[in-house]
Amino acid sequence: MDFKLSKQHLLQQKLYRDFAEAEIRPIAQEMDETETFSMDLLGKLHKYGLMGIPFSRAYGGSGGDYLGFSLCMEEVSKIDGATGLTMSVHSLACSCIDNFGTEEQKQRFLRPLVDGSKTGCFGLTEPNAGSDAAGQQSKAVLYHDKYTINGTKIFTTNSGFADTFVMFAMTDKSKGIRGISAFLVEKGAPGLAVGPNIRRMGVRASSNCEVSYENVEVPASNRLGKEGDGFKIAMKALDGGRIGIAAQAVGLAQGALNEAVKYAKERKQFGKRISSFQSSQFKIADLQTRIDAARLMTHRAAAARDNGENYSSHAAMAKLFASRMANDVCRECVQLMGGYGYCREYPVERALRDAKITEIYEGTSEVMQMVIAGAMKVF
Amino acid sequence: MKIVVCIKQVPDTSEVKLDSKTGRLMREGVPSIINPDDKSGIEAALRIKEETGGSVAVVSMGPPQADFALREALAMGCDEAYLITAKEFAGSDTFATAKILAGALGKIGFDLIITGRQAIDGDTAQVGPQIAENLNIPQVSYVEDIEVNGCALTVKRQFEDRYHILEVKTPCLLTALSELAPPRYMHVRGTVEAYEKEVQTLGFEDLAGTFDPSCIGLAGSPTSVYKSFGKKPKGAGEMHKNLSADEAVSLIISKMAERHII
Repeated sequence: MDFKLSKQHLLQQKLYRDFAEAEIRPIAQEMDETETFSMDLLGKLHKYGLMGIPFSRAYGGSGGDYLGFSLCMEEVSKIDGATGLTMSVHSLACSCIDNFGTEEQKQRFLRPLVDGSKTGCFGLTEPNAGSDAAGQQSKAVLYHDKYTINGTKIFTTNSGFADTFVMFAMTDKSKGIRGISAFLVEKGAPGLAVGPNIRRMGVRASSNCEVSYENVEVPASNRLGKEGDGFKIAMKALDGGRIGIAAQAVGLAQGALNEAVKYAKERKQFGKRISSFQSSQFKIADLQTRIDAARLMTHRAAAARDNGENYSSHAAMAKLFASRMANDVCRECVQLMGGYGYCREYPVERALRDAKITEIYEGTSEVMQMVIAGAMKVF
Repeated sequence: MKIVVCIKQVPDTSEVKLDSKTGRLMREGVPSIINPDDKSGIEAALRIKEETGGSVAVVSMGPPQADFALREALAMGCDEAYLITAKEFAGSDTFATAKILAGALGKIGFDLIITGRQAIDGDTAQVGPQIAENLNIPQVSYVEDIEVNGCALTVKRQFEDRYHILEVKTPCLLTALSELAPPRYMHVRGTVEAYEKEVQTLGFEDLAGTFDPSCIGLAGSPTSVYKSFGKKPKGAGEMHKNLSADEAVSLIISKMAERHII
């Protein structure tokens, strides 16, 4: 067993770190304040291959792997959780096509998403169907080689600027989750409408809107997989997505702790630097230990996926642990920094707000517990 | 055009400290980077390749760890990489380094050589010009802009109080300022492909006959480091208020005399 990153992964990590420091740090706070994702930044993420990391070079992707993707998610999220989210959801959409698309669909839809030309989004959640995906009310009806889609999706990240919408709708309500199918809808399709940005507590720079489909017609060739494969397609993508969210949580926590440590070494109280107090040292040591534990779990899940092993439970445990850890660590970092930690001038306040969502999206902590207990055959 | 860029892996001096007792650089835990001027040279070479075709090779002399800097250059888009490394080369000063690099460059072949102006861990600015002298080719240092016109280059050279616009025929050597071309990031695909390519190693035997062996390594180096020291931080200045012009002038004169400035 070797816990070292390969040289190639170290080189990627350097790229992600350099990129995040130079391109994201200077604009992260402003993006959060204005609740707007920079299209210039999106262009650069595409340009340098950060939006196509684990996808095959045969389709124009970067040819990396999920360990590399998780390194990227960590480095980017150290600086800005919203940028991590934007990348994660794009990747979620790509992986649906990568896993289940036909050759023709991969050429038509996956290639532009991973070669840097287009951005994707993923619409599963509905106003009345969150963790209970079978509660979907969106419907797709087939007539003469065309599906007509009707329904409303909520919290569709990236939808404000996405070109390709991977969305899920019932093709046979009587079959429950086995009646869900997946579709590829392109921006500008008549009847497709993206609402205003939903105002949120954290990851405020990311685009997150309600998307409505009103008699949107797509050719049958835009259906991913077979009719009824939708739930399987979504779950497989989310299994992989969780590795990215775990890495995002690790990044948020590490970014916050780095700031808090820097502050503790400078801040003087009672005539001493607060880093010289043992109470601070013990707290910092505990926080770093927990971050590292989460990082190891994340890397294990990523490596299992890259090695073609069953990673579902590893990914769920990594996300469950890392997202809780990130909330605890960011909260403690604000505490270490006192009043200044609570101020928007310091990025730790933003990290704490951003961390909360990692316990909710791409499967809540409770869904992670269901996945883990299920894998343990505890029924 | 075959462009060869010489790069050096250096400690990131923004994070390096000097040991106050020994005067040596404390390199432990300090990240290594491609010297910034050299990285600008890589970018300039890649832009020339994109505009006019050809290839870009990158060369570094250093310990085996310098492989990582070469991989970064490959990930930015360079086509080939060469690592010049041998125990015989250890301890070489700029004179000896230029001899070895000139020998290697002769073997590799080139139309244009780009080096950085100087490395941030030594600031000598000597290696590039000495390579050109060893190879007996024209050189232009402190280059801020390059334009390719067939087999000639129009080059903007920074000077103390002006610029010189020079035309130079290839083969030649240019030393790049970091202002020449802000470097691009690696591409993720490049990082994957960088480790699928081979970094070719040239050792002492490979370069035999390209230089006089008595002129290289520690023994062949005419310079040796006598002492290194960090700059002392400047003390706080003195403030004198409410002086008349005449009083101020005489105070300044007396202070300057005190410090033997006048």
